[in-house]
Amino acid sequence: MDTVLSATGLMKSFPGVRALHGIDFELRPGEVHALVGENGAGKSTLIKVMTGVYQPDAGEIRYRGEPVQFATPLLAQEAGISTIYQEINLVPLMSVARNLFLNREPRRFGLIDSARMKREARQILRQFGVDVDVARPLRSLGLGAQQMVAIARAVQIDARVVIMDEPTSSLEQREVETLFRVIRQLKEAGIAIIYVSHRMGELYEVCDRVTVMRDGAVVAVEELKNLQRLQLVSLMLGRDLSEVGQRGATAFAEGERDGGGDTVLKAEGLTSRHELSDVSLQIRQGEVVGLGGLLGSGRSETAKAIIGALPLQGGHVEIDGKPVRKRSTAAAIRAGAVMLPEDRKTEGIVPNLSVRENIVLAALPRISRAGLVTRAKQDEIVEYFMKRLQIKASSPDQRVADLSGGNQQKVLLARWLCLQPKVLLLDEPTRGIDVGAKAQVQELINELARDGLGVLLISSELDELLEGSDRLVVLREGHVIGELRGEQVNESELMNALAAGSDAAVEENVREEQGSRK
Amino acid sequence: MTDVTLPREEKAPEPVVTDAETAHATRAERITGLIQNQGGLGVLILVALGATIFSSGFATSANVKAILVGNAYTSLLALGMTFVIISGGIDLSVGSVFALGGVLAAWGVNHGGTPVAIFLPLIVCAVWGLVQGLLIARAGLAPFIVTLAGLLGARGLLQAISNEGTTTYLVPAHSFFLHLGDGTWIPVFTAVVLFVLGVVLLQRTRFGQQLFALGGNENAATLMGLPVLRTKTLVYVLSATVAGGAGMLNASRLQSGVTNIGVGYELTAIAAVVIGGTLLTGGAGSVIGTAAGVLLLAIIQNLIGVHLSKYGSSASDAVNGGFLAVVVILQTYLSRVQRTQ
Amino acid sequence: MTDVAVAPMVRVQDSRKDRILQFLQDYGVYLAIVILVAVDTALASDFLSVDNLRVQLFQVVPVLLVALGMALVIGTEGIDLSVGAVIALASAFIPLYLGYGASVTILICLVAGAVSGTLAGSMVAVGRVQPIVATLSLMIGLRGVAVILNGASAKPVNNSFLDGLGLDSILGVPKMAWIALIIVLIVAFLVMRTTFGRQLVAIGDNRAASQLAGLPVRRVLITVYVISGVLAALAGVMIVGHGAEADPANYGLNYELSAITAVVVGGTPLNGGKVKVVGTVAGALLMQLISATLVQHNIANSYAQMVEAVIICAAVYAARGRGSR
Repeated sequence: MDTVLSATGLMKSFPGVRALHGIDFELRPGEVHALVGENGAGKSTLIKVMTGVYQPDAGEIRYRGEPVQFATPLLAQEAGISTIYQEINLVPLMSVARNLFLNREPRRFGLIDSARMKREARQILRQFGVDVDVARPLRSLGLGAQQMVAIARAVQIDARVVIMDEPTSSLEQREVETLFRVIRQLKEAGIAIIYVSHRMGELYEVCDRVTVMRDGAVVAVEELKNLQRLQLVSLMLGRDLSEVGQRGATAFAEGERDGGGDTVLKAEGLTSRHELSDVSLQIRQGEVVGLGGLLGSGRSETAKAIIGALPLQGGHVEIDGKPVRKRSTAAAIRAGAVMLPEDRKTEGIVPNLSVRENIVLAALPRISRAGLVTRAKQDEIVEYFMKRLQIKASSPDQRVADLSGGNQQKVLLARWLCLQPKVLLLDEPTRGIDVGAKAQVQELINELARDGLGVLLISSELDELLEGSDRLVVLREGHVIGELRGEQVNESELMNALAAGSDAAVEENVREEQGSRK
Repeated sequence: MTDVTLPREEKAPEPVVTDAETAHATRAERITGLIQNQGGLGVLILVALGATIFSSGFATSANVKAILVGNAYTSLLALGMTFVIISGGIDLSVGSVFALGGVLAAWGVNHGGTPVAIFLPLIVCAVWGLVQGLLIARAGLAPFIVTLAGLLGARGLLQAISNEGTTTYLVPAHSFFLHLGDGTWIPVFTAVVLFVLGVVLLQRTRFGQQLFALGGNENAATLMGLPVLRTKTLVYVLSATVAGGAGMLNASRLQSGVTNIGVGYELTAIAAVVIGGTLLTGGAGSVIGTAAGVLLLAIIQNLIGVHLSKYGSSASDAVNGGFLAVVVILQTYLSRVQRTQ
Repeated sequence: MTDVAVAPMVRVQDSRKDRILQFLQDYGVYLAIVILVAVDTALASDFLSVDNLRVQLFQVVPVLLVALGMALVIGTEGIDLSVGAVIALASAFIPLYLGYGASVTILICLVAGAVSGTLAGSMVAVGRVQPIVATLSLMIGLRGVAVILNGASAKPVNNSFLDGLGLDSILGVPKMAWIALIIVLIVAFLVMRTTFGRQLVAIGDNRAASQLAGLPVRRVLITVYVISGVLAALAGVMIVGHGAEADPANYGLNYELSAITAVVVGGTPLNGGKVKVVGTVAGALLMQLISATLVQHNIANSYAQMVEAVIICAAVYAARGRGSR
C-alpha cells in the first residue's frame, strides 16, 4: 500500500469564508509529513476534515485504500487516526496508568486489574523513554512526558496515522530529542505521521516531505531534502504574484513619515515562562515598528507583555520615559499604551453591548462624573470617531456583534484612540476585514504615526508589515534575532533573517549581538 | 542541537524522564497531594484523640454507638454525593429525596408490606434521579439549578403524599421491615458494606474511571470516546437511588416516615465530601475520604451536642460551613500551586 | 489548533421559531402576568381588591429585593446561593441589638450582609473560587451562625419601628413596597447610567475583553456580591418586621431558588452580560401571582412547590435554547 491516507479535491466553506479550495493531500505509511502554513492557510481545517471534526462540502478522503467519511472524531480514532493536540487531551488529575488505559482498562472478573494495568503501563512507557511511577497524576509530569503518554496511548489504540499539532511548542530540548526518537520508532513500525509545525530546524531534522498551504490551497508538496530553507520560507509567506510586486500594494505606500522623535516605549529583557526570552525593543514618537516572525515566534506575546496582560518572569517596560511598575493592563493603559488584540471576537468586542458602549468602554472612568455616565460627552466622542473612522452602523446603539468585521475593528480602534494614547500596539489590525476597510485602517495608522503616536505593528500579511513599518524587529521562537531598518525593510532581507541557519546558529547570533551591544 | 546520531534502539531506550529527575516536582506534588487527600483523615484522628482526652463521656461505648448509628444512614447521602462531585456536578436534592424515600417506605409498608417498602422508594427515587440526570446531561442545564429545583420538587412530592406533611406513616410493630433498621449493628454494618461497594465502584470499575475523566477534563473524555452523556445521567440516578434507599432504611430505624426530615442534609453531605478531600471542582476524590469527612462532622456534632447543647444542630452547621469555606479555598490554592509545577 | 481566520460575523437569518422564542424570552413574563391576573379576576372577583393586592405586595417585596441583588450577580456571570442564609443571619441579629434602637439594629444587619458579600466576592474575585462553591459555603455556615446567635426557636420581636416597617402602609401601599420601589429605581439607574453598572454588564458579557480594556474587574465583582448581601439583609429585616419574630432556623429557606427563578423568568440570561431590572420585578411578581393563584384554589403547598420546580427548569431551558449571543 503506497498511500495510507489521502484527500482529493477537498472543499470546505464556512459562512463568509472558503477555508479549503480543492485540497489534494497524500500520506504514505512510515513517512513523517510536515504540514506548514501561516494563520488562515487552512491546515487546521484540513486536519479537522480528515479526522471527522468537520464534514467536507466536496471531495474524497481515502484511508487505507478505501473511501471513508468519518462522522465523528471518535470514529476516525477508532479507525486508527489519532491526533495529538497542543493541549494535552488527557485527564491531568488522573494517574499516568489510568490515562493510558482509560476506557480500555484490563479487567479480571469484571473489575479493573489495577496491578496489571500499572505493570503494563510502566512497560509501555519505557519504550517511549519515560520511566516513572505510573501511579503519579499525569500533570506531575513535564509536558514532554505527558505528550509521550498521549502518543503511547494513540499507538496502543493501533493508530496507523498520528497527527501531531505543534508538538514541541512547550518542550525542552531533551524532551524534543526524545520525541524525535519516538517518531523514528513509529516510522519504523510503519506508522505515518503528519507533523504540523513552523519550526524549521525540526522540519528539516525529522520530516521527509512537506505540504505547504496558503489561503486554503496547497501551494507545494516537496521532499524536504530537495527544498532549500529560503525556498520554504518564501513558499510559506509568499503570495499571489499577480496581486502585488511593486510598491503600492497597501495604503501605507501613500504616506511619507519622519519616524523619529522621543522614545515613547522602551521594553527591556521581557522574559516569560514559555513564550518570550529576553525580548527588547524601542519605539519612538511617530515611528511604526513592525514585529516580524513566523507563527509562534512570540509577537502577540510581546505585545501582551507590554500591555501587562502576560505574566513575566523578568524585564520591564517604560512608557514615555516613565517606568510602569504595576504589572496590570489598567496601569499600562494609564501610562499611555493601548493594544488592539489579535482575536477581536474573544478579547476585543463586548458583543451584546452597543457600538457606543464598546467605544467608550475603556474611557468610562475618564468621562464620567461622580460615577455617572455623562451622555453628552459620550455622544461627542462616539460621533467624532464614527465619522473619523467611517464606522458603518445603523446607529450608535446597534449591537456590535451585528457589525461586519471591519467595522468591529474600527470600533475597537476608536476605543483605544479616544484615550489619546502615546503607544498603540496593533496585533493583526486588518485580519478578516474587507479590502476597503483594510485600506482605511492602514491609512489611519499612517496618520496616527504622523500625528506622533508610536505604533507597534504585528501582521501576517507581508505587504502590510513591510510597507507599514519604518523598522522591523524580527522574532523567532521568543528571541529577537535581528532588526531591519530603512532600506533593509524588504521581503528578501526578512526571509533571509527568518531562514537563517539552525537554532544553535540563531542563539549564537543573539549572544553575539548582545555582547556587542554592551 | 547536537550532531550525535542516535543509536538504534532495540528494546527500551535510555529513559529520558524518570522519577528521580522530577523529584522536586514529585516532592511538592506529594506534599500537596497528601494534604489534599489525607487531610480529612488527619484532622479526624486529631479531633477524635482530642475528644477522647478532653471530653469525658466521649469515648464510652454508648456514645460511640450513638454517633455511629445516628449517622449510619445519613452518611450514605455523602457516599452518593462523592460520585456526583467527582464527575464535576453537584446534587442539592439529596436531602429532600432522602425524606421522600422515608415517606414512600413508610407508606409502602402499609400498602403492600416489606417488598413495597423496599422497592417503591428505590424505584421512585431512581426515576427522580433519571429526570434530573437527563435535564443535566441532555438538556445541558446547570446541575445546581436542576437539583435545586429537585430539592423543592421532591419536598413537594413527599408532602403531597403525606397530606401536606401532616400524616406520618408508621411502620407496624411486627413488620419485617423493622429489622432493616434495628439496633446498632445492622445500620452500621449496612453503611460499611455500602461504602466498601462504593470504593470498589469508584476505583475498580470503568464507570468509576469515567467519572474521574468526566470531572477532570470533559473535553478530553469526549475525545477519548467515553460515553459522557450516559455517565452524566447515570451518576444522578445513582445519587438519587442511594439517597432514597438511605431514607428508606432510615424510616425503618425511626419506625416511621418523618416528613420534615432531611432539610439541609445535602449541605452536610457536600461538606463531608469536600472535607474528605474530594475536589469540589471534580476529577479527584475518594470514598474513604468521604467516610473520614462524615465521621469528622459527626464527632463535631456530637461534641457540640454535649457541650453546646443549647445551640442544637445549627452550631454544627456553622462549623461545617466554616470548614467548607476553608477547605475550598485551600483546595483552590493547592491546585494552583500544583498547576504551576 | 490555530483556527481559521475569523470570518466576518454574518447574522444568520432568524427563523420564525427563533423570533417567537426571543419574543417570549423578552416579553413572556409580562404576557404571563396579564393572563394570570385576568384568569384570577375572572375566577375570584375580589382578586383585584386593595386588600388582596396589599397582601400580595407584602409577600413579594422580600423576594424582589433578593432577586434584584441576584440579578446583578448573575449579570457578572456569577451566582449567589447564600442569600437565604444572609436573611437568617440578619434576622438573628435583630433581637440582639434591638436594645440600641431600631436604626442601629438595621444598620448592623446591613453591615452583616455587606461582610458576607465581601467574603463571597473576595473568594470569587481574588481566590478565583467558583461562585457556586464560594456562596455554597456561606449558605451552609451563615445559617448555623444565625441559629447560634438566636437559638433554635423563634424569638418575638417587639419594636414599633420595625413593626411599622413590616406592617404599615402609606396611601394604601405597604411601606415595604415603597422602599422596594425606590430600590428598584436605584438599581435600574445603577445598571443603566453609572460607570459601575456599565462595567458590570461588560464584565459579564466578555470578561477577557473587559480585562484588556483595563476595567477594575476585581472591584466590580466584589461590589456586586456586597450589594446582594446588603439587599438580602434588608429583606431579612423586613421579614422580621412583618412577622414580628425572628426565626433564623426557618427564615429565608429556598429564597435563593425563588430569586433565581424570578431573575431567569424575567429575562436576565444566566451566562451574564445583561441585567433586566424591570424583568426581574415582573418575574418576582409573576412567581407571587402563581403562588397566590394556587393558594386561591386551595391547591396544596406541596403542589405549589412542584410547580415552582417545573417552572424554574422550564425557564432555564427556554433561556438556553436561544442564547444571547
